[in-house]
Order: sequence, then C-alpha cells, then structure tokens
Amino acid sequence: MTIEILMPALSPTMEEGTLSKWLVNEGDSISSGDLIAEIETDKATMEVEAVDDGKIGQLLVAEGTEGVKVNTPIALLVDTNELPHTSIKNIAEKPYLEKEEIQIKPINEKSISIEANSSLITVREALRNAMAEEMRTDKNVFVMGEEVAEYQGAYKVTQGLLDEFGDKRVYDTPITEHGFAGIGIGAAFGNLKPIVEFMTFNFAMQAMDQIINSAAKTLYMSGGQMGCPIVFRGPNGAASRVAAQHSQCYASWYSHCPGLKVVSPWSSKDAKGLLKSAIRDPDPVIFLENEVMYGQSFSCPNDDDFTLPIGKANIEKDGNDVTIIAFSIMVGKSLEAAEILKDKNINAEVINLRTLRPLDTDTIIESVKKTNRVVTCEEGFPFSGIGAEISALITEKAFDWLDAPVTRVTGKDVPMPYAANLEKLALPQVDDIVSACAQVCYED
Amino acid sequence: MKKNTAKKILTEPKMNYDLNLLQDMYKKMLLIRRFEEKAGQLYGMGQIGGFCHLYIGQEAVVVGIQSAQIDGDSIVTSYRDHGHMLACDMDPKGVMAELTGRRDGYSKGKGGSMHMFSREKGFFGGHGIVAAQVPIGAGLAFSHKYNGNKNVSITYFGDGAANQGQVYESYNIASLWKLPVVFVIENNKYGMGTSVNRSSAGENLSDRGKAYGIVSEIVDGMDILAVREAAIRAIDYCRAGKGPYILEMKTYRYRGHSMSDPAKYRTRDEVDKIRKTSDPIENIKSLLNKMGVEEKILKDIDTDIKSIIAEAAKFAQDSAEPSENELFTDITIN
Repeated sequence: MTIEILMPALSPTMEEGTLSKWLVNEGDSISSGDLIAEIETDKATMEVEAVDDGKIGQLLVAEGTEGVKVNTPIALLVDTNELPHTSIKNIAEKPYLEKEEIQIKPINEKSISIEANSSLITVREALRNAMAEEMRTDKNVFVMGEEVAEYQGAYKVTQGLLDEFGDKRVYDTPITEHGFAGIGIGAAFGNLKPIVEFMTFNFAMQAMDQIINSAAKTLYMSGGQMGCPIVFRGPNGAASRVAAQHSQCYASWYSHCPGLKVVSPWSSKDAKGLLKSAIRDPDPVIFLENEVMYGQSFSCPNDDDFTLPIGKANIEKDGNDVTIIAFSIMVGKSLEAAEILKDKNINAEVINLRTLRPLDTDTIIESVKKTNRVVTCEEGFPFSGIGAEISALITEKAFDWLDAPVTRVTGKDVPMPYAANLEKLALPQVDDIVSACAQVCYED
Repeated sequence: MKKNTAKKILTEPKMNYDLNLLQDMYKKMLLIRRFEEKAGQLYGMGQIGGFCHLYIGQEAVVVGIQSAQIDGDSIVTSYRDHGHMLACDMDPKGVMAELTGRRDGYSKGKGGSMHMFSREKGFFGGHGIVAAQVPIGAGLAFSHKYNGNKNVSITYFGDGAANQGQVYESYNIASLWKLPVVFVIENNKYGMGTSVNRSSAGENLSDRGKAYGIVSEIVDGMDILAVREAAIRAIDYCRAGKGPYILEMKTYRYRGHSMSDPAKYRTRDEVDKIRKTSDPIENIKSLLNKMGVEEKILKDIDTDIKSIIAEAAKFAQDSAEPSENELFTDITIN
C-alpha cells in the first residue's frame, strides 16, 4: 500500500507554501514522528513530521519549490510490511514536479501594473519596510510586542528588524497586553515613539483601558501637555476558521473615541505610506491590518520618504452610477464587484477610506453628489458600525443628493462561526456588494 | 525591615541631617496639609466639583521620597495626587485653579482634581483609573533606560490598586528588562471602604515583588526620615541599573476616600489614635523642636504657608472659566 504524503496546512490562512528542504531521501525508512521536510509558509518555517511508518518511495516535489498548494502530494510512502519486494521506483506514476513548473502568481490581481519607481511587494514587506525606514531615520522609534524579535513576528511582519536594529530597539514582551500597552504609552509620554504590535487586535481588548483612557484622553485632560506618539498595530478582522474570539473587526470600536486616529490600509502602497505617516504622527494611531492581505502583492513606491496622509481617502476606481465605500480587505472585494457590475452596465466608483478617524468626509460627499447612490462595505458587525456612521453622515450632509437609501454590506450580526460554510455566510462577499449596488441602482 | 507604625517621635536620624533640609520637608508637608484642608473647604462651598481625594495624613510619603530625587526623575501617581504635585514644586495656584475648573489650572480646567500634569516638573499625572499609572510609570522608566540617562521613575499606587493585574504585568516586565522604577505602594489601609485585610491575600503587599525577583521594603510612612532613607536606598539601586524596587509605605489617610465618603468602615477612635500618636507633621515638628529650632521660626513657616494657600484659593476662584473654544482643542495634536 502506498500512502501519499500531502502538503500540510500549517496555519489557518495558509493556501500554499515553499518546500524548502527535504530531510529524507528516497528509499529511507521512516517511523511516525520522524522529521521529513522543512516547509516555509508566509508566517514561519516549520518542520514536518511523518505520521506513518514506511519507506520513502518517491519525493514528488523538489527542494526549493515555491507555491506548493496545500493538499498537493509531495511524497509517496511505501508500507514495507505489505509490499516488501516491490521496487519503490516503479510505484509512482505521478510526474516529478520540478521547481520551474510551478506557476507563481499573485493571489489578488490578475495582472498588476507596476508603477514607476515602484516594486511589486507584499503588504507584509511594505509594513516591514515602513518600520525599518522610520527606525533608520528616528532613533526614538522602537518596536515591542509578542514574538516580534527572536521569533521574527507571529506573522513575520517584523522579520529582520531584530537583526538590523538589535535588542535595544526591538522587544519581545510577555503575553500581557494590558501591561505592555501601558508601558508603551508611558514610553510615549517619555518622548519615545513606540510601535506596539498586537499579535491580533482581538487580544488588544485586554489593553482597551490603557488605549482609551490613557493614550486617547490624556492630551485633552492635560490641556495639551501630554502628547502620546504611539502606534498600535496588528491584524484586525476575520482571518480564516478561527471562530468568534479571533475574528472581529474593531474599526468602529476605536473610531468611536476622540483622541485616537484610526487607519486601515488595503494595498502595499497604503501599508507603507500610511504606517510611515502613523509612526511620524504625534498622536496615538490605531493601525488595523488584515492577516489575509499580508501575503498579497501590489505595486509599492520604493522611495524611503513616500508617505500617504492620514485622513485622506483614495478613489481606487472612478465611476458615475454608485459609490462603494470600503476599507482594508473589502476594497479588493469592492473592486471585484465593480468589475462584475460593468457587465450590468453599472459603473461603480470605489472609495478606499484608508483612514476611519478622521474620516475623509469631503471625498465621500463629493462622490455622493456625483453618483447619488452609496453602498458601504465592512467586515465588522452592522450595529453602530462604520457603515452606520457613514450613512448618518450622508443623511446629514448630502440628503438631497441621494436617489436611493444608503445600503450597508457588513459582516452578519453574529459571533463568527467556525464551520467553513457558516463562516462564509457570516462574512460579506463580492456577490453581496454586487447585489447591494444593483439594488440601489434599481437594477435587481 | 518591618517597622512599628505607632510611635510618637521619629527614629533618631541615621544620617546627618541638615537643618535646612528638615525645615524644607516640614514646610512642604505643611503646605500639602493646609492645601488639602482648603480644598476640602472649597469643595464644601461648591467651588470644587466631582471627585476630590485628599492626601491628609500621608504627607511624609511623598515629601520624603521627593527629597531623594534629582532633576529629570519622573513621577506618576493615582487620582489622590494633590500632594505629589505640590511636592514636585508645581504651583499651588495652578493646582487649585484646576480644582475649581478654571482656565489657569494646570490642565486649563479640562482635567480636574484627578488629571493634572507638568512635564516641566516631571509630573506625569494624575491618573483616574486604579493602577493604570503603574505600567505608565514602568514605561517612563523604559524611556529613561532607552535614553541612557540616570533618571528613575517613581510610580505611586495605593493598596487598592495593588490587587490589579496590570501591577503584576508591570512588575514582570520591569524586572525582566531591569527598568529603573521605584514602585511606591502607599498602603493607607483602605481601598475606598475595604480594608487591606479584606481585599488582599497574603501577609504584606510588598511580599508580592518576591515572585518577580524585585527587592522590597516595608517602611513606616508616617516617619519622614525613614521614608527618605528608604527612598535613597531604592533610588540608588535603580540608578545603578539594578532594576526595579518596591517600597511599601505604611501610612494612613485621615479623611474619607473622597469628599463624599462618610467613612463608616472605621471608627473615629482609630483615626484619632493615629492622629495623636503618629501624625507625620507633628513627628517632624517635635524633632525640629528637639534640635533647637525656635518656635518663632516654625510659626513664621506656618504664617507663610497660610498666605500661600489663601492666595492660591483666591486665584482659583478669581480665574475665569475656560473659554468655550477650549471644548474642541487638545483632542489631537494635528
């Protein structure tokens, strides 16, 4: 009997990985628990153990192959007890997968045009570059958080920072969010510029009191004396199959509070330009990233001085018929929806908010005046959400320009379920945006 | 290190005390006492609103520790903060005007009793959430270490705060990273209306540092010289880069938790007894007498302070309310 050894999924969001090294050769006898390979995901390099006893019949994927999809057979294991005399070379019919044959393509875009003086880099690299560049120019900038130093970042966003800047600039903290958030705030009151990474924003709930009561309010309570130049950053929103406590969008929570700036990038360009601005900003900035976006590639300016202003939205696609307002991962979904809407003769405008507080109301209102129809998109819950705020804003400032009710596409009003089908139902999908747009254009 | 809290006069000074230093300490303690009495009065007159937590009885703690500090050290404390501000030489007029919610207050009238700051004097608040100042104090210590200066952070909190989780999160990191922070537990025996015995497991609050490898001492917080000597040990230790230090000050507040506290959880006798036997100001006054300071000098100090306080109270009532434009300023810097 021959058993296929499959490319394992090593994280909730892993779709593919690099088979960086084989630790066995064809013909080797192995036992359950032996290390057989090293696999590199976008989060980490991990060793894979055998789960059965037997003899390695054939290695199907060459060392160094990138983009090996989860569940692809990577080797064949021969049960030596059952087939003691079979020549292992004859067992495998499948072709040996050569490194060159693997097609590597960016996940997010069919074709990405690289702008002048820019490179195609992932959101993860853009965030890291932003931090490294700012740390090079300002010695008061430092990074702290769980696993940011020696582990190289739970999501590899801080990879390499410890090597370049050393342990006086990059600090691993214990798993005590309330405490280290407060220490970061104290350091900011002491004129340093901390970047505090939360492994995910779900865990920042533990630090909520320090973020709101200490970071956001102290400037006001001190009559302007106590600035708090700190960045709290990390992945926000749904990852994949991690259920209710690890899948929540906190955009509306933080945006509710005066004293904070709340930024949420979509592309690599956003990530770099906005994170650099956040680090330079004298106020506390909540920087909401998205785990699913980390591995996606976009054109991103190379310039070390490239920044994007906080408080300014970007029109990612011009249109006349309906305005889709989104941030973070929902921008990509909105652009996909806009493509589909073209076939229905609906020309959608897509606004990437980039900043949630202060909200770029001018860009929103101008767009409403042009399209007269609005669909808001967010992963968060509908109740008191960003869409609710935008809807109220438009009602107050551009009511007479509306030809249809402002319509919200949001996550469902339920804690995130674990089951794959339910999770998909709970999250806003491209089709939901398409139908909402068709509805406000009275085309459904 | 455990000392008896109920004694009539100070331990004989172990160090050679300069008479001027003792007089200054006396003066500062008296300033705090009279300031707080006036604040209580103004509160009763409706001139001060909201919460107002008086420091009467605890004066030796902050004045003793302050006497061991150098320029550039940072101080952070809870909402019972008037004494700390006066000890840092913040202007009594500005503090009182903040209490009355006026534009000349330290926070332009936008912070009130619990939220005042002075970067110039190294005073980082004034924090209204129980124990929130503890990680902030550790963070200030982090900034001193990061900048490579010799300054330390003095982080005050009460016995009530000592049960908050973030205190231990801070102990852990401060000890791991050897942060120059003196954690001063002002154990005045009651967290609001709940006595330490009813709220805190274990023998002494200071013992809790042991789990984190932090050196601690219990100090008679009614004895300013004991406080000063312990503060010198603690601050020297931190300045030498050896990490954090805990001082548990056994002290007592004469007034309620705040102005609206009827203090039914303890007897009048208990308060009177401590007032009579271990009042920190009477303690140093008798020492000064013993050292031959003339009564007239002490009287003059008294008179000076009365006029400072009268002036501060007048200033705080005469100062205008903040301009309405201030409602929307200082929310963010840009």
